[in-house]
Amino acid sequence: MKSKKGSAMLGKFLFYFGNTLIGIIFVSPLIWMISASFKPEAKIFANMNSLTTFLPVDASFDNYFEVFRRINMANVFKNTLLYIALILVFDLLVNSICGYALAKFDFKGRKFMLSFIVALMVLPMEAILLPLYIEMSQLGWVNTLRALVIPFIAKCFSIYMFYNFFHDIPDDLIEAAAIDGSSPVRTFFTIVMPISKTVYATVFILDFVAHWNDFMWPFLVMTGEDKRTIQLAVQSFFSTSPVHYSAIMAALVVSAIPMIVMFIFMQKYYVEGIASSGIKG
Amino acid sequence: MAKTNQLSARKKDERIAAYIFTSPAIVLLIAFLVVPMIYTVYYSVFKYQVMRPNDISFIGLDNYTKLFKDAEFWKALRNTFYFTIIVVPVQCVLALALALLVSKRFKGVAVFRTMYFSPQLTSMVVISVLWTVLYNSNPNTGLINSILVGFGLQPINFLTNAKTAMNAIIFMSAWQGAGYQMMIFLAGLQGIPKEQYEAASVDGANTWQQFWNITIPNLKGTIKYVIMITMIQAMKLFTQPYVMTQGGPKNSTKTMVYYIYTQGFQKGNFGYACSVAAVFFVIVVAMSLILQKITNAD
Repeated sequence: MKSKKGSAMLGKFLFYFGNTLIGIIFVSPLIWMISASFKPEAKIFANMNSLTTFLPVDASFDNYFEVFRRINMANVFKNTLLYIALILVFDLLVNSICGYALAKFDFKGRKFMLSFIVALMVLPMEAILLPLYIEMSQLGWVNTLRALVIPFIAKCFSIYMFYNFFHDIPDDLIEAAAIDGSSPVRTFFTIVMPISKTVYATVFILDFVAHWNDFMWPFLVMTGEDKRTIQLAVQSFFSTSPVHYSAIMAALVVSAIPMIVMFIFMQKYYVEGIASSGIKG
Repeated sequence: MAKTNQLSARKKDERIAAYIFTSPAIVLLIAFLVVPMIYTVYYSVFKYQVMRPNDISFIGLDNYTKLFKDAEFWKALRNTFYFTIIVVPVQCVLALALALLVSKRFKGVAVFRTMYFSPQLTSMVVISVLWTVLYNSNPNTGLINSILVGFGLQPINFLTNAKTAMNAIIFMSAWQGAGYQMMIFLAGLQGIPKEQYEAASVDGANTWQQFWNITIPNLKGTIKYVIMITMIQAMKLFTQPYVMTQGGPKNSTKTMVYYIYTQGFQKGNFGYACSVAAVFFVIVVAMSLILQKITNAD
């Protein structure tokens, strides 16, 4: 009995000790980034061979002031958040009604449509970049919000997530509403939607993250300097002289803040969204 | 009679609603996914250069035969597969190890989970910029080389040597991505019935035996899924080499997607780039189908 307790203690010790050690090594690049973002340029590289390189010595917000002076952050954030907000509003509406129809309505071509959407999920975006770009330029959409938003509203993966969720909603509920004289469209908006907050939150956070991080498509279609999204601004700041590593680190931190805020508020749905994709798949 | 009428009226309502509900998504998918896909294949049999938009001529499979003899294309193909073959096992094993480290419900475990997940909270662009600085070959400015020198080792020209550049990108990508797969593994681990472990420890199985005889068999489905998404993701490598190495040195980090970008957007050879894209498409779809077959086999 005693040895069992002893081994439980040892297990606990190993858990905390091991995780603390590995965890600190794991996040050390990020700690270095954050601490460098507060240091004067000279100090960053002054103590590379000691552990103080991870500490924000002579800390100030000067680097952040430099970032805000050299990048029009208000404009960059506006560009990024506006395009993501527009995508998400349409994304959540268009994909959820499609997923609902596929899950609950009986109509000709339903099976075919479902397998069409599942098949399209394997199609890599990167294979269609060139014709899509030509399409955008023929429509005159290059360097406009339309090029960022409209092609990415419909998403097979989102439709599939909505489909899976709505599929599990009991038919009795919908039946009862129909007997009360509610039309199928009204039933969806007044009965189904309000009880489906979790799936909306999950799709919202997954797509928010995907677009916040997206680099290649905005990079191709938004070439104007005043049209840049956050990732483009960070990337170009990195290669614009004067190259101040201190300011670059501050820019990296600034660009991560909205994601961290999102994560704090939506953590449950984000983690569940990632995890459930594995179980369903 | 009235009832059947009502029922058929409802069926009709439902059918109309179905077409209203599905048509926006379907129209958008066709316009911005299916049509461009068809055009990728279509343009790939044309000589089509951005600079001469009026001089488009049908050339059959010439782009493909040219591709077959294009050393840079083969290099890009090789680099893409090299990245995928190495990063997938490294990242998946790392993710599983991290998941096992934080699978116990001890107090404060959420802190450790967040730590391992934290690289995911920044974007790939951010991580690439950060690691370009960390990988700097001068030990006075590059953190990793300063650590190597501190241990009495020689500094390494991580990103400026053709032999090490791709490996440096692999290491960084696995570190950045592992937290995501860790979350999937955690969900899988939580689905394993506790009784199986209890029974095994009564039978005297040690931790290692339990891992191989209980954890791994129960996680089979999750492992396959994680391998599949990591592989598809890896095939699309672009951001890291674009930010960190511009495909260099000596094309050692030029990938297929990078080559599509170079040919199509930098050199303006749209037709030729589309043939690269078509080959890329076939490889990715074939890989997904093969993996799905294997996954569904048992």
